[in-house]
Amino acid sequence: MSDERRLQETPQQIFAREEEPVDGVYPETVQPPRRRFAGALSWARENLFSSVGNALLTVFGLYLLWRILPPLADWTLLQSVWSTDDPAVCKAAEGACWALITQKYRFILFGLYPFEEQWRPALATALFIAAGAITAVPAFWRRALIGLWAGVAVICAILMWGGVFGLPFVENAKWGGLPLTLILAVVGIAAAFPLSIVLALGRRSELPAIRAVCTGFIELIRGVPLISVLFMASVMFPLFLPEGVTIDKLLRALAGIALFTAAYLAEAVRGGLQSIPRGQYEAAEALGLTYWQKTGLIILPQALKISIPPIVNQFISMFKDTSLVIIIGLFDLLTTAKAALSDPPWRPFYIESYLFAALIYWMFSFFMSRYSLYLERRLETGYRR
Amino acid sequence: MPTVRWYNNRRVRGVLYQIIVLGGVVALAAYLVDNTLHNLERRSIATGFDFLGREAGFGISETLIDYSPADTYFHALLVGLFNTLKVSIIGIVLATVLGTIAGIARLSRNWLVAQFATFYVETLRNIPVLLQLFFWYALITEALPVPREALNPLPGVFLSARGMRFPEPVWGATHVAMLVALIVGIVAAVILARWARRRQERTGQIFPTGASATALILGLPAIAYIAGGAPTALDMPELRGFNFTGGVVVTPEFAALLIGLVLYTGTFIAEIVRGGILAVSHGQTEAGLALGLSRGLVTRLIVLPQALRVIIPPLTSQYLNLTKNSSLAVAIGFPDLVSVANTAINQTGQAVEGVAIIMAVYLTISLSISAFMNWYNQRIALKGGR
Repeated sequence: MSDERRLQETPQQIFAREEEPVDGVYPETVQPPRRRFAGALSWARENLFSSVGNALLTVFGLYLLWRILPPLADWTLLQSVWSTDDPAVCKAAEGACWALITQKYRFILFGLYPFEEQWRPALATALFIAAGAITAVPAFWRRALIGLWAGVAVICAILMWGGVFGLPFVENAKWGGLPLTLILAVVGIAAAFPLSIVLALGRRSELPAIRAVCTGFIELIRGVPLISVLFMASVMFPLFLPEGVTIDKLLRALAGIALFTAAYLAEAVRGGLQSIPRGQYEAAEALGLTYWQKTGLIILPQALKISIPPIVNQFISMFKDTSLVIIIGLFDLLTTAKAALSDPPWRPFYIESYLFAALIYWMFSFFMSRYSLYLERRLETGYRR
Repeated sequence: MPTVRWYNNRRVRGVLYQIIVLGGVVALAAYLVDNTLHNLERRSIATGFDFLGREAGFGISETLIDYSPADTYFHALLVGLFNTLKVSIIGIVLATVLGTIAGIARLSRNWLVAQFATFYVETLRNIPVLLQLFFWYALITEALPVPREALNPLPGVFLSARGMRFPEPVWGATHVAMLVALIVGIVAAVILARWARRRQERTGQIFPTGASATALILGLPAIAYIAGGAPTALDMPELRGFNFTGGVVVTPEFAALLIGLVLYTGTFIAEIVRGGILAVSHGQTEAGLALGLSRGLVTRLIVLPQALRVIIPPLTSQYLNLTKNSSLAVAIGFPDLVSVANTAINQTGQAVEGVAIIMAVYLTISLSISAFMNWYNQRIALKGGR
């Protein structure tokens, strides 16, 4: 094939093209150079003992593993106590007291929610996770997702609050554990997202006053710790409201988290806006589109797509940061893990309780961060040069 | 030319929009301030910063500057600020060291080392830092023995649930002289390095800058130490009653906060360092070697300067994160700015002022760190050209 013809090919054609012989040899028949050694031995030689220094490091690492792993296996599995309601049995054992978890997992997962009704937050959590899993699949990215989430939100609200369909009413001061953590994270980001788009557009506006207001807000929030925003939400919001109006603690915390997240998300969205080539703006203007048409039809769809991975990363960091609500007295997963230890005989087993909570946080964050890496590769469409 | 009605004029609209937005913001602020003043009056809470001059009346467990409960709120907040700065600065230095090591280790050709580093980064990065703080704090206060049975890993060093104690030199004139000598040594080393660089650019002769700078910086204080009669008096920690006295103490709160922040931030810095090194193409290293530079020089003169350009901006935001996360101290009882301000809020009820002080201070710290890092970034950025 001539070079000119190759240049005119579309990516699909290149992909479908059968390889032609180069200098009479088919590419598939060209063998890679043979590796000098085969098998585990050569692998070890290359990756563990390639030099004296490396060999020393390897030996030291193996020594560390030998010192750490057997006692760890002993503690977690061999000598541990899995089920007892007597802390003294745990105390007598050498290993971990997983009995603390088997005894208290309901409390750690659901907090003070009435015990017989805990299937409701469990179901709500499962729905949340299922909806999240569906949202994560790019093939399902269409408008119906908004409907799905609206439906999930309504069902979850009914499940959590109750008061209809014969479900006893549960006030949200009793919500706790994992469902509360998920609600704080998901509702927080859902509320922050529209605000963040407005802020990002405002920061790139040509109108100086609007730019100043948005930039000021973003930089102010990004410059202060989340705790101070939560303090503000918990002690200052009540002062802001007119006499006689009160909003409850959960809603105040949500407002604080949403405002905080919006500032960070706005920067993610702004990154997306900035990576749209200037030509796209000019082309939209040349077509005679108004600002909102240009933004809504041309710029935002492309910019938001680019911003999805940083938005997911922001979501992960916010998911972890929801644990800070312990400081203003909400009963999230970290608080319940800590409160499970307030029972004096169980107190010595703090490692087990914290590990359990850490494992839950870790699973969510780790899978989301893997997902964000996958998205980054998938959404790479070549604006980056 | 078609006439455009005034309300369709782009300029006029722009001004109009801005007036509406500004008006909205001002109206909202006025409404909130009005409500707040009304509410404060109703609850008979004082306003203004007068309380700063009043007696604080609460003790602070750990202070860098002299403080007693009879001092003012302002003084108490200053103590908190110094504690925040202390943990942030030490934390930033340690997290940078740990993160750099872990980042390089993840790229190590030694498979085992790379796996260790990957395990560290992937676990601790995905667990909330506050949970880690609780864990370390519980571990220190529950797992370590009471002072009476303190661990004694090195002579004079004691580890107990009340913290770590180690001997402190009895400070005297010689130590002041050493400090002065150290400063003189650093200044002399900088001047020497500049002179050596200029001479090398002019004549091509290489001066052993590294060795002579080390000699200056370490040698001068050593000479001062010997000239001062090499004082060896140490203030040893001693068990008195239920706790130790004497020596330097690292409290469990400070240790837990520092360990937690350093381990957590270290994972993020590791990823930044790894990304920065990977961003320098291997061709650069090969080209450097082809020029006949040694491996060390290739790293120092070719790879590092380019990697730093990629590393510095995200590193800045990690430094800011660490500083902001140090406010989690309030959860484990380390008296940083936020926890002192929190106590002040609880005592005076002046939440608005308290939160405003916290925010203003953190904003100042954040802006200073970014200003410094921007200055540094500009210094190492590509000059001219693109």
